Amino acid sequence: MVKLKQTPAAGAQEMRGACCEALMEEAGKNDSIVVINCDLCGPMGLKLFEKQFPTRSINVGIAEANACSMAGGMSAAGMVPFFVTFAVFASRRVYDQVFMSCAYPGLNVKIIGGDSGVTSEYNGGTHMAFEDVGMLRIMPNITIMEPSDTVMMKALIREMTRTYGVQYLRTPRKKTPQIYEEGTAFEIGKGVVLREGSDVTLMAYGITVCEALKAADVLKEEGILARVVDMFTIKPLDKACVLESARRTGAIVTAENHQVTGGLGSAVAELLSETLPTPIERVGVQDEFGEVGTQAYLMERFSLTAASIVERAKLAVARKNS
Amino acid sequence: MLDNQRELLERMSADIRIQFLKMFGKLGFGHVGGCASIADVLAVLYGGMMRVDPANPAAQDRDWLVLSKGHAAPALYAALALRGFFPMEWLATLNMPGTKLPSHADARTVPGIDFCTGSLGQGISAAVGICLANRLKGQSSWVYCILGDGELNEGQVFEACGTAAHYGLDHFICFVDWNKKQLDGTLAQVQNPVDIAGKFKAFGFDTQMARGYDVEDIHACILRAKDAPDAPHCIVLDTYKGLGIDFAEEQEHNHHLVCSAEQCAAAIEEIERRLKEGCYPGGMRYGKA
Ligand SMILES: Cc1ncc(C[n+]2csc(CCOP(=O)(O)OP(=O)(O)O)c2C)c(N)n1
Ligand SMILES: [Mg+2]
Repeated sequence: MVKLKQTPAAGAQEMRGACCEALMEEAGKNDSIVVINCDLCGPMGLKLFEKQFPTRSINVGIAEANACSMAGGMSAAGMVPFFVTFAVFASRRVYDQVFMSCAYPGLNVKIIGGDSGVTSEYNGGTHMAFEDVGMLRIMPNITIMEPSDTVMMKALIREMTRTYGVQYLRTPRKKTPQIYEEGTAFEIGKGVVLREGSDVTLMAYGITVCEALKAADVLKEEGILARVVDMFTIKPLDKACVLESARRTGAIVTAENHQVTGGLGSAVAELLSETLPTPIERVGVQDEFGEVGTQAYLMERFSLTAASIVERAKLAVARKNS
Repeated sequence: MLDNQRELLERMSADIRIQFLKMFGKLGFGHVGGCASIADVLAVLYGGMMRVDPANPAAQDRDWLVLSKGHAAPALYAALALRGFFPMEWLATLNMPGTKLPSHADARTVPGIDFCTGSLGQGISAAVGICLANRLKGQSSWVYCILGDGELNEGQVFEACGTAAHYGLDHFICFVDWNKKQLDGTLAQVQNPVDIAGKFKAFGFDTQMARGYDVEDIHACILRAKDAPDAPHCIVLDTYKGLGIDFAEEQEHNHHLVCSAEQCAAAIEEIERRLKEGCYPGGMRYGKA
């Protein structure tokens, strides 16, 4: 059951802390779980895991291609490997390794990419993953997710250890606003309806979920009732939820901390244009590289804020009514 | 080397350390460890060894440098500003909204940066490509590259070594900043490279060890490399992560440090003192303080 916080408040735990906690809990129950680090064990928050499971925490150094194919090998030999690095390296740097050593052979590799999109902040454009979802989404045999808070993070890590397949989870490393109450359950591949509304649907994942909720509040004051969906699984897309949203509200805004090309916006547009043409507005990065700055600055810079969602929602509603 | 040349190069390396300390002090954090360990080699390169023209940074006949360990860009930005490639005032904008100077070396926005880096392991391949292109164009420029020692974990580094040796790129001089640490800990804790010089030798490089904190020794090694024919060159710089900056050297995990403006100001004062007293860059490990 989904239990929501009344108002999203700053969380007490970092996303990486939640990730480590869940991994340790599961690793305590399942001897097959191993973590493969690439000299980012500390930044990815997995030092405690390393301490508790020293033989099952492997650090190959700055060698992502090696780590990714090794994960494939470990999976072939029956383990449940988590290959962990920054999102840019987990996608761009190892694309063929994900393909050849993980997805194509149908193995059971879990990939965690830290610093999704603008959350890489001061590491700047070279480290800003705006393409990872798009790149990986066109690969068969892969699941792509981004949790929106620590409650969901822990639940998804648990789900990943219990389901078979190549799964990519991108995430901020630090604190995010809490959206869910402790104990909420999530099903991979099923969107979470956070709020009902009849005029437009706002679909988001990761840090834009909170922005979508804020946008819905603003829209409500202006008499526009927005349905809000946390589409934390980008692939496989929850088609039933997208179609239902389109039927109920007749207009959709997607919002993502990623290029509009290739991500959720693309996925939703692909589905609806073939089955149920619906006005869609896509909030996200518009074919640009990232740059350095704080998350707040970058969200403004790339128009990922509640204000942009509000603006685009009004456009979508106007298009529906014209 | 003339006495006053040593003095000039030490002044330059001190100024590099001082400038990135100012940048980090203002921001409150930065890659202090890996910037500190390349200040001396950068001083030798930009203090006269490299043929560069700040007024014409893209000159065809210039020497090139690819900072493969791109996270140490602030040290290189400092060297370039000191050399006059862009106004010193730019340095204070490091990592600020809309800056031309982002945390990782950016050739798109910074005059004098020869290649974009930040994803480790790729810069050396780019440097090899530049060197091959120069040969095809009939240019006899020198191409320099600075690798991190942790960066040697990346297999691509050794793919590039193979190519450089196969084509006998004798105008390629590759430094390894052997500062003994990477991000999660020491090399020995994370991935022990065992014998760095031996690896480059095995690939066919003309290989030397230099005291990476001693501008005179670095200078001499480069001249020796330039005289050795027929093979690409590797100079392993024996350094220490955080070199010459006590608060950085003292910390076990000193890859990325939080640092206050006061801490940086104190470190700058200490640099000036060592310079004056002839024990620069000092540092605990080298017993020079
Ligand atoms: C491909 C890639 N993987 C991971 C990182 C993250 N990272 C940045 S610096 C660093 C450690 C580098 O160690 P080393 O090469 O020894 O550099 P230095 O000690 O000179 O700072 C890591 C893992 C990166 N920039 N690129
Ligand atoms: Mg190092």
